Amino acid sequence: MSNAYRNNFLREVTANVEEGEWVKMCMQCGVCSGSCPLGPHWEHPPQEIFMMIRAGKREEVLKSNSMWYCTSCYNCIARCPRGLPITHIMHGLAHYAKRLGMVPQNQQTAKFAQKFWDNLTKKGRVNELTLGLSLYFMNGFGEGVKTSLKMQGVGLGMLKTQRMDPLEILGGHGCKDVAGLQAALKKARQIEEAKAVKV
Amino acid sequence: MTEVVATNQTILVVGGGISGMTAALEAAECGKDVILIEKNPSLGGRVAQLYKYFPKMCYPTCGMEINLRRIKANRRLRVITLAEVAGVTGEAGNYTVNLTIAPRYVNENCTACGACGQAVETAFADEYNYGLKQRKGAYLPYAMAYPQRYVLDPRIVGTPEAEKAKAACQYHAIDLNMMAEKVQLTVGAIIWATGWQPFDANKIQPYAYDRNPNVITSVEFERMMEPFGPTGGKILRPSDQKEAKNIAFIQCAGSRDRNYLKHCSRMCCTATLKQTTYVREKYGDAGKSSVYYIDIRAIDRFEDLYQKVKKDPNVTFIKSKVASVTLEKGTGNPVLNGVNTEGYHRYSNPHDLVVLAIGMQPSVDFAKLGIPLTLNESGFIEADPKNGGMFAAGTAADAMDVNRAVQHATASALRAIQVINKVAGVVEA
Ligand SMILES: Cc1cc2nc3c(=O)[nH]c(=O)nc-3n(C[C@H](O)[C@H](O)[C@H](O)COP(=O)(O)OP(=O)(O)OC[C@H]3O[C@@H](n4cnc5c(N)ncnc54)[C@H](O)[C@@H]3O)c2cc1C
Ligand code: SF4
Ligand code: SF4
Repeated sequence: MSNAYRNNFLREVTANVEEGEWVKMCMQCGVCSGSCPLGPHWEHPPQEIFMMIRAGKREEVLKSNSMWYCTSCYNCIARCPRGLPITHIMHGLAHYAKRLGMVPQNQQTAKFAQKFWDNLTKKGRVNELTLGLSLYFMNGFGEGVKTSLKMQGVGLGMLKTQRMDPLEILGGHGCKDVAGLQAALKKARQIEEAKAVKV
Repeated sequence: MTEVVATNQTILVVGGGISGMTAALEAAECGKDVILIEKNPSLGGRVAQLYKYFPKMCYPTCGMEINLRRIKANRRLRVITLAEVAGVTGEAGNYTVNLTIAPRYVNENCTACGACGQAVETAFADEYNYGLKQRKGAYLPYAMAYPQRYVLDPRIVGTPEAEKAKAACQYHAIDLNMMAEKVQLTVGAIIWATGWQPFDANKIQPYAYDRNPNVITSVEFERMMEPFGPTGGKILRPSDQKEAKNIAFIQCAGSRDRNYLKHCSRMCCTATLKQTTYVREKYGDAGKSSVYYIDIRAIDRFEDLYQKVKKDPNVTFIKSKVASVTLEKGTGNPVLNGVNTEGYHRYSNPHDLVVLAIGMQPSVDFAKLGIPLTLNESGFIEADPKNGGMFAAGTAADAMDVNRAVQHATASALRAIQVINKVAGVVEA
């Protein structure tokens, strides 16, 4: 068979993207795109993304901001007549694009996801105080101060009801075996990368 | 007491729709003894509930009349209405069948004069019209019902209403002492022609059938067109009884969907194409049909109808599985929301009325009834030698149109005849 007829990108997605083997099951009915509450804001709604994958549009898909808009509302999964785990495929695509370094510059969801991950893996627990603050200052110092002031009331309320410990700013508590956790994550990444099909 | 003579050379046909009538007639006209049972008070099945039927767009009454004439003329065919199968044991050439027969409370003296119906006041949802209108507690199921005999609704029996009906009948046709009966038959072969039922539209939550009165099903739409039907042949919106001229059809309502029915119901595309011609018939150029579809599956020669409808400038095709139906405040208009996959255009389109092209599913749960038949994953009867002397006819086997159902039923009659011929020693076992 001529290479022109091989859809390498579909095979790449099937092999490397979480739940990617489902993409070929889509029958292009459009109910996912019509059901997505954020649909009007995406570059390409899910059904279009699936068609683009099958059409071999690798760059357009992986560099698109679309899958980053998914809020995990699960409307699409609930309605898909073919039972595609669309939400999970969206996250799988986002994760894969990130691994390949193809995320659009300044993608807000991607930035937040990175902050969350870094915060979590540092000590094995999410430090809500530092995560919250880093989120406020994600887009620069000025905006950070403004947001902090706006959120002051909430913060004080949480302090009063002991929902937040101000000492967490000093690093906070972690899980029992932080080094062990980090070793496990490193190993997991190695396995994942070794498995990945190079195209 | 119902007298039924049956032997292991008798063929039992279950279900008196077009498939059951055809199978029973074909077998009886070949000289076999046939018993045809129907759970409703009349023969006819769901074809009798259509306004017109494709491909020729004739009225079902016409085909019905021919079949009734054949039934009346055949002495080998015995029809029992209000009867259902409670259980089956045995094997090809020797089945024992238990029937339950519900009381009609009206005997052969009935001339269908209608005096009882006039005397009774209590009314119930009319099954023949899918509940779109009420019928009296003493009623004729529909104009062409066979047998042409009234029925008393069991819910009025034991009330003064039943006594009123009895007093009104000058032919002594009303017998309030009739009881439910259990009858055991021996038969050689069984044809299951129990047909289909519409999928429960309430389950398709995003389409608001349970919340918006202006969302109806395709089977209800057929009844609206009927000149003597619930709306006198007008397409009226249930919410305000205004004439609906801008009508949306949603395809695959319940079909091809793992959340509901997995199979394609095969008939609903052509049924919708037919129904767009109803809209034109009613309003000419003032009527508008919009068909929302995944793909149009007008099988083989129905393609002609598709091509014809496509040429109608008043019919629009939108390639999209509708995501949801919402309500437009103030107008009661249903609004269809989704994405047109040809160009990825987002839409929110208001319409006067929405017709759900509802899916077809088997009318009987054979597994639950404990009848040893091989079923496919949708519950339709498979053609399997393990079924022995039991055969499916028509839509008990799969969703199909009348033409195919009649062919299928004829084939099943032939198979049943072969079983009987072995019993009779006409052919070697
Ligand atoms: C909206 C719509 C429009 C359609 N329009 C057309 C059309 O224009 N042209 C066309 O060719 N086809 C059309 N069809 C398809 C058509 O309705 C079927 O092909 C036809 O009804 C099949 O007939 P049947 O005898 O197999 O089943 P049914 O019509 O369902 O008859 C089955 C009979 O069995 C009886 N029964 C059920 N269970 C039992 C039991 N346990 N014991 C005894 N009796 C029982 C029922 O009461 C019924 O009388 C349409 C379908 C839909 C959904
Ligand atoms: S709902 Fe499912 S089948 Fe339909 S377009 Fe979306 S993914 Fe494909
Ligand atoms: S016949 Fe058409 S409307 Fe019906 S299930 Fe099949 S594709 Fe859908």
